[in-house]
Amino acid sequence: MSVNLVRVENLTFSYNSTPAVNGISFNLNKGDYLGIVGPNGSGKSTLVKNILGILPLQSGSIHLFGQPQHKFRRWDKIGYLPQKLSALNTHFPGSVGEILEMGLRKKNAGEKRQVLELMGISHLSSRLIGELSYGEQQRVMLARALIGRPELIIFDEPTTALDPETRDIFYSLSENLNRTNGTTIILVTHDIGIIGEYARHLLYLDKKVLFTGTFEEFCKSREMTGFFGEGSQHIICHQHDGTEKTK
Amino acid sequence: MMIAEIFNFGFVQRALITGALIAVACSILGVFLVLRRLSLIGDGLAHVTFGSVAAVILIGFSPFYAALAALPLVMLSSLAILQLTRSRRIHGDAAIGIVSSVGIALGVIMASLSGGYNADLLSYLFGNILTATQTELVLSLIIFFMVILFVAFLYPDLFAVTFDEEMAKSMGVKTNRVNIILLLLTAAAVVSAMKIAGIMLVSALLILPPVTALQLSLSFKKTIIASVFFSLLSVISGMIFSFAFNLPTGGTIVIFNAVFLLTVLLAKRILRTQR
Repeated sequence: MSVNLVRVENLTFSYNSTPAVNGISFNLNKGDYLGIVGPNGSGKSTLVKNILGILPLQSGSIHLFGQPQHKFRRWDKIGYLPQKLSALNTHFPGSVGEILEMGLRKKNAGEKRQVLELMGISHLSSRLIGELSYGEQQRVMLARALIGRPELIIFDEPTTALDPETRDIFYSLSENLNRTNGTTIILVTHDIGIIGEYARHLLYLDKKVLFTGTFEEFCKSREMTGFFGEGSQHIICHQHDGTEKTK
Repeated sequence: MMIAEIFNFGFVQRALITGALIAVACSILGVFLVLRRLSLIGDGLAHVTFGSVAAVILIGFSPFYAALAALPLVMLSSLAILQLTRSRRIHGDAAIGIVSSVGIALGVIMASLSGGYNADLLSYLFGNILTATQTELVLSLIIFFMVILFVAFLYPDLFAVTFDEEMAKSMGVKTNRVNIILLLLTAAAVVSAMKIAGIMLVSALLILPPVTALQLSLSFKKTIIASVFFSLLSVISGMIFSFAFNLPTGGTIVIFNAVFLLTVLLAKRILRTQR
């Protein structure tokens, strides 16, 4: 029987009485790879921040690992990679090693070394986060998201402004985590082509859920043709076919 | 009389210990406040302390215990700053400004009602560490230990909240609890620091040592240690210098803090040009 790691029911959230998401419902099962797509301002990040408890619940309900969100305590089971750090001060005096231990009560030097090696940033461990390039900072934050071997990882537009090399590392790692370790993944992105390549399920959002299903179903969806135009949708789906063939 | 002999006097020893305890507490809290762009909270809470001290003197408290009696009001004001920034969509600096101006306005009105600025109230404006009492020493000791315990027990949470509050929330850190304790302790440290530097200079103890330490580009833990080092050095040098040249101790301590900052900035510039 599949286990719901995330269950969102009728979630509505407004900023200053302007709804950012409206009546969102979906389930995420263990081992799933869910892509959340939608235009700018469609409420993707708001949804993620609601799931993570960064924004308070206004209306609806969220269950994490079978528990109501307000009772959920095992946040170490969830890794999170934000689009950008909300207020990273370039003079912040935290070393990469300290960032990896952030918020952790128990430190595990072996695991820290492992994730640093995995991300190819072992040589940066004593450098200050503010001194690193954006790509290096994202690798550090990805390493932090992997600490503690979380069962669910949420990536919020993680590859925005990343160099192609880091982007490739990121996507192959997320795929590997999902297929080999069974880690459940939520990937928020603008890039619907990427979703087609990696995610098994797709949630198309524009304040409310406009489409939910597999990428193949999306390609066949008449509703989506209305949003993208027949030509664009064909290109997106065709790109995906091409990628599959070259694999 | 040799400078070293001055430290044989009980009141000087008490002043030095009180000053050192408060300086350490302020320099640790200051690292978190400066990085969270809440540096001016010390200034704001000092103004509130002025208003609160004036109020408790007016209602008949002994000036001896005025600061202690004012403490709950200052703590409440620190929570008001937090609440303003959280629920009313007011930026931190504006919230500090609001609480600060209300505090000083109340102080002026209370002072006027109590017949003008008497000597007790003026001692809070400019501070005088040399008149530190046994009670104030004990209060400083309590605040010092509370700050040490807070940082020791909540260090991973404090680090996460200082780095990025949203990230901290996503890790399950109770950011609200951390913020409340940080601001309550800051309020207590500000009230006790009034004795060293007075209302006019108290925020310098929260800002200058951390800012000096931050120039050194050290890790987080080392930055806290460097902040404590600069703060202690300023208190000791400031006290010795003020005795030697008969200067106000609070002002001299703050000037030493500023001198260390300028020295570090200058050294950085020289090192950069040599590379």
